[in-house]
Amino acid sequence: MAASLTRDDVARIATLARLRLTDEELERTTEQLAAVLDHAADVEALDVDGVPPMTHPEPLVNVLRPDVVGATLDRDEVLACAPSAEDGQFRVPPILGEEP
Amino acid sequence: MTTVGTSATAIAAAVRAGEVTARQVTEDHLAAIEAREGEIHAFNLVTAEQALAAADAVDATVAAGGDPGRLAGVPLALKDNLCTRGIPTTCSSRILEGWRPPYDATVVERMAAAGAVSVGKTNLDEFAMGSSTENSAFGPTRNPHDTTKVPGGSSGGSAAAVAAGFAPLALGSDTGGSIRQPAALCGVVGVKPTYGAVSRYGLVAFASSLDQIGPFARTVADAALLLEVIGGHDRRDTTSIPRPAPSLVDVLDRGVDGLRIGLITELTGEGIASDVAARVDAAAAALTAAGAVVGEASVPATTLGLSAYYLIAPAEASSNLARYDGVRYGARVDGATTGEMMELTRTAGFGPEVKRRIMLGTYALSAGYYDAYYGKAQRVRTLIARDFAAAYESFDLLLSPTSPTTAFALGEKADDPLTMYLNDVCTIPTNLAGHAAMSVPFGVGDDGMPVGVQLLAPSRGEPVMFRAAAVLEAAMEVAP
Repeated sequence: MAASLTRDDVARIATLARLRLTDEELERTTEQLAAVLDHAADVEALDVDGVPPMTHPEPLVNVLRPDVVGATLDRDEVLACAPSAEDGQFRVPPILGEEP
Repeated sequence: MTTVGTSATAIAAAVRAGEVTARQVTEDHLAAIEAREGEIHAFNLVTAEQALAAADAVDATVAAGGDPGRLAGVPLALKDNLCTRGIPTTCSSRILEGWRPPYDATVVERMAAAGAVSVGKTNLDEFAMGSSTENSAFGPTRNPHDTTKVPGGSSGGSAAAVAAGFAPLALGSDTGGSIRQPAALCGVVGVKPTYGAVSRYGLVAFASSLDQIGPFARTVADAALLLEVIGGHDRRDTTSIPRPAPSLVDVLDRGVDGLRIGLITELTGEGIASDVAARVDAAAAALTAAGAVVGEASVPATTLGLSAYYLIAPAEASSNLARYDGVRYGARVDGATTGEMMELTRTAGFGPEVKRRIMLGTYALSAGYYDAYYGKAQRVRTLIARDFAAAYESFDLLLSPTSPTTAFALGEKADDPLTMYLNDVCTIPTNLAGHAAMSVPFGVGDDGMPVGVQLLAPSRGEPVMFRAAAVLEAAMEVAP
């Protein structure tokens, strides 16, 4: 399957990952990802039917805390970390391309 | 006389007894940093002013007859992916430029509460992705034993800081070997604790099911002391083990008489440099001489570890790093729409290796490939855990090299990701299983550079692991 990784695949993944690659980067990334996926052929070829997936080293269970008011981060201090904020909210450019 | 080169245990005892001030200790170490940091580049930021203020607070406590804690006045270096309130935390990435976290990581709180003095934030491969600390937006760190060589990675700055005497202690994070491999290459002790043993609250996430914070130190006892201070349950990390942390310092002198220790056959043959393999054999002999029964252990699925890791870790990373979108923190590159702004910000903010891993992870999780790659890798993880469990029925501990070679030259592997990834072949299986492991310096290779041997233990097996580490350390003091 790795051998079939194409430049178009890589371009599509870049879009999904919200990254822009130059033509040269696209070329190189395709080669490098194909090499890693080739190495992973041992995993891909393995018959693991009936083996349960392990998502985590420890069994995960819901962890609840008592429903009492506690300290939280200060809103203004958190917003001060943002590149742009206004009226107690994060400010971003237009979502759909419309005028603000 | 300078306190540089003195153990953390001895410094803390002297400070608590009023024999030396924390200020003096801090000034000594800041002077050591000043003298050699230019050629090593262990730090992204040296926080001299805050360090002296923290030291003065420790001295004031001592003067008032109080106890400043078990790490009183001990200089400590923090990997720059641990959040420090009001102090820049960059992950060696442009995308977090200018960010000052509004809170401290749990480990930062705990080390400070014990009286340790942070001297700065150490360099790393961007977002902890790498094995050489060359993937840093702020330039590489160099190995203090030979500055033409890499210190290993991703916690290369922390390992180099301890090896260079900038601090007796440092904290790092280990997702696939990022504490143990640089510890081995720099000739210091490095510990990857059991998953859940140390709170990840405030550790910038790379691959959440694999990440674990752990100590660097020059001595086994110092590493044990720091792990005791930072370990234990934290309700702010839902994967934190809700039980008291085991005692380590008190069991260090118990030896290995009668312990069964297995040399992992799959990690001792092909691909391991002969000078490294010779040191592992020497470690096995030292443990045998101390009364351990050393045999060969087979953990077959470890050979699949590298492939499984380089599907699972990038998959988790691609998801974790989706949060860097120019909205809530860090850098932003403006665009006409929010979508464009996010794309431009991420393209400008991430370096090549981080982009490569995000792409790999996005692919492994994408429709049509999920079952073939991510799903299978998770099943392989089960196989690895099962094979370890089978080995631990016959052995108390396992032994292997930490890294296949000694430190390599800067630039040597930078253009070939797969060759770089092969550095992690011995360390990755532990992360996949969620177990504990540590690297202990055990002599040098043919090139005179440090070699580390790896001790592996099952979940919560740290006490026995540290006993064996203490035996190896003592053996080196007698006959290096």
